[in-house]
Amino acid sequence: MMGGMQKSLLLHGGVLVVLFALQFVLPAYHHGNLARIMVLASYAMGYNLLFGYTGLLSLGHALFFAAGLYGMGLAMSQFGLSAGIALMVGILLGALVGAVIGALALRTEGVAFMIVTLMFAQAGYLTVLYFGAYTRGDEGFVIAQADRVLLSLDLSDPTVRYFAAFSVFCAVFIMCYLAVQSRFGKVLIAIRENEDRARMLGYDVARYKLAAVVLSASLSALAGASYGLLFGYVGASFASVQYSIFPLLWVLLGGAGTVLGPLIGTLFMFYLIDLSSGITTAYMLIAGVVLVFLTLFAPQGLMGELRRRVWRWLP
Amino acid sequence: MDFGPYLMLATLEGAVTAAVLALTASGLALVFGVMRVVNVAHGEFFMLGAVLAWWVTHILGGSAAFGFVVALIVVPVLVGLLAAITDMTILKRIDYDPERTIVATIGILYILQQVTLMTYGPDARPVVPPFNTRIALPWFEFVDGKISLYWPWGLSITSYKLAVIGAAVLVLIGLWLLMTRSKLGLLMRATEQDRDMALAFGIPVERVYALVFGLGAGIAALAAVLIVPIQQAHYLMGHDPLLLSFIVVIIGGLGSLPGTVLAALLIGLSDGIISVFFSPTLAKILATLLVALVLVFRPQGLFGARKA
Repeated sequence: MMGGMQKSLLLHGGVLVVLFALQFVLPAYHHGNLARIMVLASYAMGYNLLFGYTGLLSLGHALFFAAGLYGMGLAMSQFGLSAGIALMVGILLGALVGAVIGALALRTEGVAFMIVTLMFAQAGYLTVLYFGAYTRGDEGFVIAQADRVLLSLDLSDPTVRYFAAFSVFCAVFIMCYLAVQSRFGKVLIAIRENEDRARMLGYDVARYKLAAVVLSASLSALAGASYGLLFGYVGASFASVQYSIFPLLWVLLGGAGTVLGPLIGTLFMFYLIDLSSGITTAYMLIAGVVLVFLTLFAPQGLMGELRRRVWRWLP
Repeated sequence: MDFGPYLMLATLEGAVTAAVLALTASGLALVFGVMRVVNVAHGEFFMLGAVLAWWVTHILGGSAAFGFVVALIVVPVLVGLLAAITDMTILKRIDYDPERTIVATIGILYILQQVTLMTYGPDARPVVPPFNTRIALPWFEFVDGKISLYWPWGLSITSYKLAVIGAAVLVLIGLWLLMTRSKLGLLMRATEQDRDMALAFGIPVERVYALVFGLGAGIAALAAVLIVPIQQAHYLMGHDPLLLSFIVVIIGGLGSLPGTVLAALLIGLSDGIISVFFSPTLAKILATLLVALVLVFRPQGLFGARKA
């Protein structure tokens, strides 16, 4: 019999191998979709670190995603920086915004934290619209194909794009996998389970929470910057409330507080919305129904239920 | 137009906004006050009120006034019933857990909004106001040291807009009387103060919750019926009222009715005035930032009393 540790290594390693291998068999349409899903799942994993592991429900993560997206996009369109440096600018901007918002919002808790993050994200969205001269508002702007080159690889090429998306996903996935089993991750879980007890045990809870926000924001910004770079479009809709709700939805569906959950949730939701948008323009109806059913019947999500019933060792 | 008349016009428009906002926000404040839950779908109940008002007046046809009066009575009841059913089938089952309620009401938000898109469609449709006389307003000037009145061009308001302000004031007074003077209000306040104790004294807390949730949504729907002759019904129109109601309820001190009305006046008037002189987007940015900072540094609201 294998121990839980080995089983979990095998499962998570296996998922990465499958994702890598899928590019050789998938038809073009799903090939492109999976590249998108992997980047969006990275966003969801960043969100999960804060919501699933630290127990802080943010309704404003679109702000961090958009910070990465616009940090990268504006660095390229306004200052003519190269793709690699622009990517760094996006991530740093996300971390900075995360630190400022975290320092303010963490003074509140529970429902107030949710509303404060929602309001800051709304202010961010409106700011993008207000500076329409640079951001081109709702319409957004396109990053020219010629500029989307990293390490002399053309990111607009489907195969390269899949590789790049896979690399981003891999990096975030492995980082999350290691982080939640490290001392740092265990403290975050302790804070989620009982904040007072964690404080009493001598942990600097405020500092850990701020670190979790900054890390979560940086990962979200990485996903945002990568998304813009890989798919060549920067628009205000990525800063809207909807993009704060999406990671919550993905993580809840897949299972908050599991490493695999965000990927599973993103994959399911992406295809649910993709299929239903072929039938009706009201495709967000699916998102609404799924949210209500999840809160009613499966608050643990798919992987959470799996962990509860079968695989108790799932990290 | 001179600055004076211009400011007066902005103030009047702001007063209409403030009146409707005070109604919508007091519905949200009522639900938060008694049930301690945040209803993110509140804006969609507002939208539903406007869309149903269009349906009712459209089906009835005939004179504009008749259809409007029917809508004014029927629509809030319908929306209130729908909300009460939502409360009993969904919110009750998750035991009004604050965080899960927010997630569930986000789901309800999308369901209501998208079902409206599927049935009513993406168009914005107007409702004819029951009466709409234009009333020109005078302004004063100093001529040879004496005050004289004149009628500047463009300084006017419609009788309907004045009626909206009047109706909102009446409904708010009614709500206040209901909460402070009636048996029902007593039950609500008892539930608000201590849910378990209320239950022990035989108050049907679950029914009070369903009633409060329905009443909150009904008030939002009523506000929407009042505004729809000015603003047109559209399936995305719930977004701004929700955000503004949040702002008002938070600044007014969560759950306090007088504070909410005062904050609605402040936000409605300043939104109207700021939007006339500056960009409306900038006004919204400042308002949302103000709210976030109020929640961070003064969680009891600007007008709320600090709780021990």
